[in-house]
Amino acid sequence: MDRRRKILTVMAIVLALAIFVPFAGSYLILLITQALVLGILAMSLDILLGFTGLPSLGQAAYLGMGAYMTAILAARYDFGLGWSFWIVVLLGILLGAATAALFGLFAIRATGVSFLMITLALGMCVWGLAYRWNSVTGGDNGINLPGRPEFGIQLTDGITYFYLVLGFFAASLAALYILVESPFGQSLVGIREREPRMRILGYNTWLHKYIAFIIAGGFGGLAGVLWAHLNGHVNPQDVVLATSVDALLMVVLGGAGTLVGGAIGASVVVLLRDYLSTIVPWWQYVLGGVYVLTILYLPGGLMSIPGRVRNWRAQSETRGIENQESVSH
Amino acid sequence: MSRGIKERTGWKLAATCLAMGMGMGVSQTSGAADELRIGFLAPLTGGFAQVGRDMNNGFALYLDEVGGSFAGAKVKLIVEDTEAKPPVAVRKAEKLVLQDKVHMLVGGLLASAGYALAPVSTRLKTVYVASIPAADDLTQRQSAKYPFVVRTGWTSSQPSHPFGEWACEQGYKRIVTVAADFAFGYEVVGGFQKAFESCGGRIIQKMWPPLGTKDFGPYIPTIKKEADAIFTLMAGPMSLQFPKQLANAGIKKPVLGGGTSYDEFILPAMGDEVIGHVSALQYSAALDTPANAAFVKKYRAKYGKVPSYYSESNYSTAQMIHEVFKQTQGKWPGTQQFIAMLSKTKLDAVRGPVSLDELKNPIQNIYIKKIEKKKMFGFEKEELWNTVIKTYPNVSQFWKYGKAEFLKQPLYSRDYPPCKFCN
Repeated sequence: MDRRRKILTVMAIVLALAIFVPFAGSYLILLITQALVLGILAMSLDILLGFTGLPSLGQAAYLGMGAYMTAILAARYDFGLGWSFWIVVLLGILLGAATAALFGLFAIRATGVSFLMITLALGMCVWGLAYRWNSVTGGDNGINLPGRPEFGIQLTDGITYFYLVLGFFAASLAALYILVESPFGQSLVGIREREPRMRILGYNTWLHKYIAFIIAGGFGGLAGVLWAHLNGHVNPQDVVLATSVDALLMVVLGGAGTLVGGAIGASVVVLLRDYLSTIVPWWQYVLGGVYVLTILYLPGGLMSIPGRVRNWRAQSETRGIENQESVSH
Repeated sequence: MSRGIKERTGWKLAATCLAMGMGMGVSQTSGAADELRIGFLAPLTGGFAQVGRDMNNGFALYLDEVGGSFAGAKVKLIVEDTEAKPPVAVRKAEKLVLQDKVHMLVGGLLASAGYALAPVSTRLKTVYVASIPAADDLTQRQSAKYPFVVRTGWTSSQPSHPFGEWACEQGYKRIVTVAADFAFGYEVVGGFQKAFESCGGRIIQKMWPPLGTKDFGPYIPTIKKEADAIFTLMAGPMSLQFPKQLANAGIKKPVLGGGTSYDEFILPAMGDEVIGHVSALQYSAALDTPANAAFVKKYRAKYGKVPSYYSESNYSTAQMIHEVFKQTQGKWPGTQQFIAMLSKTKLDAVRGPVSLDELKNPIQNIYIKKIEKKKMFGFEKEELWNTVIKTYPNVSQFWKYGKAEFLKQPLYSRDYPPCKFCN
């Protein structure tokens, strides 16, 4: 019952976005599209942070791999600008996953702060490649994409591209939801809660974490493909540590272990950063304040607000009403 | 229980509606015909914030002088912070065009910002006046891709070409280059090497310390002893560190530098060890012309510091846009027409005469400048000034090579021109 209601609520919100966003200003459409792409990245990170208990500080690496691959294929080989876009999407997912498979070999052995540091270092390796490997990545000048793909429909238009990204977002959300609800997903939660016990129960916890790491990398790669076409430009700045930190903060802000939380965190960050910054010069204080307040007073993130309100309400109601409610069950 | 559900859904619905409302609240108004909206992009936070302020001040100073109107067109300047990050610059440019409906974008600082903003101008069919970004290819090999870009600043290698020839004239035979490891560095050094080697000089060593290097310990001792001079191109705090450490190491060789290593933005923070260093750029605050004297005095009175080329370039850009509006009597001529008219503008700017070539890059004077400590323009204190020691008039981005031949060679990079005499 509760689960179905959650799914319905999320579907309603996605549908509402699909219906109402075209009426928004074109800059706002762009920001919402951006929030959705970063939402996919944040959700992929949530698989690690929220469900497996692995705080990764290198998620920007997969975004970077996907984005740079898309840009290089498009700018150098004119590939991925027609129907082949779908091949690029597939390649982006595979490349993200392959990178994660490589990085995972180093990172998965560690936990906690060591894991954080190793992923940070690996993420910086990708940044280093982007920044220093001039002949391929264009160095700090980055790469300009020739344009957005066209396959029957033109994606040049902000609204069309928004719908494409919304589609990918919904599909990613659904896929990741099925994943975390599956027995495999449950085993990840088990690892998060108490890894030794899972091991004693006979689970190969290393393998489970490794697979989760690869899946997260794959979705990171997907976000990268969409990111490249969103901006029409990729740059080492996309792959810097700050992007990974942003993704981590988005998850924490929205609520780790909730999937949707990552997307909500992404929307809040994007709106505060890119919308507020055009209105007031002190937007950074607002963003910082939101982070601090969330961590101090809402350890469960924004997604925990409804639950808190519910608790608070339940507490303030008298025992008599509570009795009545239990009768009505 | 069911009541609880309804209330909860209600709360969510309200939040969703609020979010939607915010979206629809965005105004779609198109302004009056005689209002000119200019979107100005500069870094206002982060490491380059002070440079961004110089840029902004230059443009704003001109606007103030003409009372905020270009031949009757009321100018609305909308400034956005790029944080010196190309992806942010792209987003802010999109905001300016899509939401504020600006007629043109002006500014951007780093070469990488230029490369990022140019495709935005093509995609959104909006004029982009690159007043600072110097990335060569914007107005060279890739210019056909960016029909909406007009450059009023410079190309990175433009001052380097005459500078290379000047180095030959000084009798230098062998030069070592030490330059920051990024595209702007490659282009400045590349231009210098090309010109210096075409007149018989030899670059015998090329070093690329990473951007942001603070300790040149690993580099300075390896500078080849037989070098006649050192050519440097630094950016940001590196500019301050390198001459200091070079002096501390006791190296007395002449030092030549790309313009940004010694421009007026960084010069007041430098010590006496840079006296005698020579650099090349299209502007010097010590330029001894009545126009520049007036500009420096006015700028210093208003903002408390000597203008840098960042200020001058944006001041002159505003002036060039004004010239177009004088011709149209304050009417926006349309994007295509504006680009055509701006490209034909000839201006006696503060930096000297400026006109644009067919690829829309300025043809302008290049000044070879030597740092001296002296008094200028009636200011009381002895200060460091970039005294002009030689002027190369009307230098184009192709120097003496000719457009066709120049564009045949690849873009200057870490590996081009190759270092033939490095061993």
